[in-house]
Amino acid sequence: MIRAFSALLARDLKLAARVGGSGALSLVFFLMIVVLVPFALGPDMNLLSRIGPAILWLSAVLATLIGLDRLFQSDEEDGSLDLMTGAAVPLELVVLAKVLASWLTTGLPLALASPLFGLLVALSPKAMGATALTLALGTPALAFIGAVGAALTATIRRGGLILAIIVLPLMVPTLIFGVSAAEAALGGTVPFTTPLTVLAALSLIAAVVGTLAAAAALRWSE
Amino acid sequence: MRLIVENLACRRSGRRIFSGLSFSLGPGEGLMVTGRNGAGKSSLLTMLSGRLKPDAGTIRAEGIGEANLPECLHVVGHRDGLKSSLTAAENLEFARDLLGNPAASPKAALEAMGLPHVARLPVGYLSAGQRRRVALARLLVCRRPLWLLDEPTAALDLASQGVLAELMGRHRAEGGLVVAATHQTLGLEDARELRIGAAVPEATPEAASEAEDWL
Repeated sequence: MIRAFSALLARDLKLAARVGGSGALSLVFFLMIVVLVPFALGPDMNLLSRIGPAILWLSAVLATLIGLDRLFQSDEEDGSLDLMTGAAVPLELVVLAKVLASWLTTGLPLALASPLFGLLVALSPKAMGATALTLALGTPALAFIGAVGAALTATIRRGGLILAIIVLPLMVPTLIFGVSAAEAALGGTVPFTTPLTVLAALSLIAAVVGTLAAAAALRWSE
Repeated sequence: MRLIVENLACRRSGRRIFSGLSFSLGPGEGLMVTGRNGAGKSSLLTMLSGRLKPDAGTIRAEGIGEANLPECLHVVGHRDGLKSSLTAAENLEFARDLLGNPAASPKAALEAMGLPHVARLPVGYLSAGQRRRVALARLLVCRRPLWLLDEPTAALDLASQGVLAELMGRHRAEGGLVVAATHQTLGLEDARELRIGAAVPEATPEAASEAEDWL
């Protein structure tokens, strides 16, 4: 069982790194949005540093959508999903391995690179650290919520737009608690750990519900 | 193992494709599924592989212990389940680890299919026939009793068709089962034939509107 799980994980990481994979794409997209915002708002440093965490979080949510439509669709199209249905592991574990691989190639690099991108929106070092921490804790929730939408739209051609419409509203709670945790670190009435623990809880809930829901959607795709 | 199918019916997009299909298959037996295009051959194989819910009827397997049916079968169909950017050997290694119960090594399996030289080439560079042979090599890297082959000879040259016939023969001699949707008798001369009739024109206006709703 562990062998099949690690084989799936290794395959998806390999695919992301090869030609046609979306490995670095979402990171570049993340950078693009963060770069565009100061151009749109003008050089008001105070304003930028105040809304900086929100900009980073919003960019992270949008960047998660890049390549998400291919998460299960590419495997559905070429028949790999038929192979996975007959695997020696339950479909839930297949979903878990694939989402984990997708988080390792999109969510985690995003969280790691966010302090660097925070420079562009004039974040203080403390805010950079806080935003990176909230992104590291919150992006798994985004990945698992996205997986449900990806599984539902796996058999639909050009399902990317429908996918975005399905999953974006479900990502709202994660966004709210992610941004409020990052802002609580900079002062305010709420202690930092309160929204942070809620954010971690959201990730854990999404991991369980998302895995089961995505597997169910894939199992009865017709 | 023994495969028992009783009174199976298939419905796709609200239209009844076939119904009342029954057969049973014991160790070493082969079944050739024939019928016109659109008769439901591929749908039958998809149902057997557990990817499509039957509209009515049951599919059972005996003598496989705790495992369920999808864990006891190999599927090779039109969609070959290969990743274009991975090499042939990587694809087969992945299938071996995923499906479990390993048999031949990927290298040996590719040699058996006459493709030892493509092991390190990305599958995207291969021709349709070569891709099909890599997909067939998957049958050899893990041991599973039931083979579901959907037009396995499509895009294959004569020599490879001979290799496939030999593989099916050896598999059946070892007690395996083969269900193949095919227009050619190759390698399954002594197998039974299941002829699926032409699509039943049962598309009532109600069913048709149902199908449109879905679209």
